[in-house]
Amino acid sequence: MARSRPRAQAEAGPRLDERGQTLSALLPSVLHGVDASFGTALDEVVVVVEPGDVAEVCRIARQDPALDFDYLRSLSVVDYVERLEVSYHLLSLGKRHKMVVKTNLPPDDPRVPTVTGVWRGANWYEREGHDLFGVLFEGHPDLSPLLLYDGFEGHPGLRSFPFHEYDEW
Amino acid sequence: MQVHQQPTQQADAIDLMVNMGPQHPSTHGVFRLVIWVDGERIVRAEPHIGYLHRGSEKLCEGESYGQVITLFDRLDYVANLNSELGFCLAVEKLMGLEIPERAEYIRVILCELNRIASHMLFYGVYGLDIGAMTPVLYGFRERERVQALFEAVTGARMMHNYIRVGGVKEDLPDDFGRRMATLTDQLRRGIEECDELLSGNEMFLERTRGVGVIGPEDAVDYGVSGPGLRASGVAEDVRVSEPYGIYDRFEFGVPVGSAGDCWDRYYVRVEEMRQSLAIIDQAMERMEPGPIMAKVRRILRPPKGEVYVRSESPRGDFGVFLVSDGTDKPYRVKVRAPSFANLQAIQHMLRDAYVADAVIILGSIDIVLGEVDR
Repeated sequence: MARSRPRAQAEAGPRLDERGQTLSALLPSVLHGVDASFGTALDEVVVVVEPGDVAEVCRIARQDPALDFDYLRSLSVVDYVERLEVSYHLLSLGKRHKMVVKTNLPPDDPRVPTVTGVWRGANWYEREGHDLFGVLFEGHPDLSPLLLYDGFEGHPGLRSFPFHEYDEW
Repeated sequence: MQVHQQPTQQADAIDLMVNMGPQHPSTHGVFRLVIWVDGERIVRAEPHIGYLHRGSEKLCEGESYGQVITLFDRLDYVANLNSELGFCLAVEKLMGLEIPERAEYIRVILCELNRIASHMLFYGVYGLDIGAMTPVLYGFRERERVQALFEAVTGARMMHNYIRVGGVKEDLPDDFGRRMATLTDQLRRGIEECDELLSGNEMFLERTRGVGVIGPEDAVDYGVSGPGLRASGVAEDVRVSEPYGIYDRFEFGVPVGSAGDCWDRYYVRVEEMRQSLAIIDQAMERMEPGPIMAKVRRILRPPKGEVYVRSESPRGDFGVFLVSDGTDKPYRVKVRAPSFANLQAIQHMLRDAYVADAVIILGSIDIVLGEVDR
């Protein structure tokens, strides 16, 4: 699957701060064994990796003393129709730098290894991603519906899910 | 006397499952908690959420940027202005907008007032959770004063739709200075009164100290934020660590606990109200007349791109992940609700606690189901 390039930096808005620049200089050497592409989005360092490498990259991000990403800010899924993008927004409370790990999944069979073993807080975010977008987080302890009710059919987060086409009654 | 013990096949046999909610006053909304007990001790807890899921994030994709603010009002419905601010900050960061000074000050003053109102609500209902009936009357009295001021400024007690992308909806009323002077005096007295009424109470202390403990490592691992995280001894406040708006201009303290128990989570909030008043005082002193809205088009079309913005809501780290495709509607909005992450940690806090403490531990997290379920 073709990996999409990280988006070019927008004209306006903030840029990478000093810590971000240090981090982006440091990343290629820390993640040398991983097939990753590096970029920026406004003031965030963005790392795009293959789906299979996500758990490994997150484990390194958490455990490597130079990175020390102990705090999972957010885990979001975005449906770009031709691909599903999963973003892991990370933060280091000690080092005070931040990073986004991204991966692109094929929409017909979105699978990505779970990161619940890295941050326990990822549990509900992944269940939410499974509920709303149908992403299968492999190895997750319990992917039962969280926000939707049992037996709900479909994944309402997807662009293809009819949501805004309703008639006034 | 000898107590006859029934021999069991398994030493750790669990024989009782207790279902709390979804309709129960102590769950602060529509929330279900299933707990497995062994005698008086909780062995395992399983929270069930989603009863209030309205698909807010998906709804945002069908509304223009201006309309989305009304949806954010309905996320954290106890701190509407803080939710509105979260979204507006995200759009402004993406567009690279400069906000007029006066608008920044208005935002700070109203958001800090909203923090006090929210903590006052927590204070009141937390008293109820523990069995003290009076604090709720004091808490609501103070909160009502703030709501009255909000009504004078924004036109609504809740669901204000007041903070706009680029500034605020309209300027403050003429008598705002006078009203604020009265209000801050009343709040200052009110906070001390509330503190005296409940904080030193022996029974209150007995029931909250050492209950529902979560250590700093576990709290960070679960993604706990806000007063819950600070109670565990982690001095993380987005207003200080990643200042947004003009928060870097004010001097205020970040109350930090040490034990990470229910008492610390309670008292951190009481102390935060005092700090919010300090911020309001400084802002009122320095605010000057001027424009309240940046020059923005009526129909907003932020450049293509994505942005993640954190802000400190009364419940913690309120994150907004916004993806724009260059049109007048957001392509994707993801809300990182502080209550959502904080509530996950309840499984950890409840383990080995007494059944009777379940309500107290849940109350100390101060959840708002509107933003948990979105």
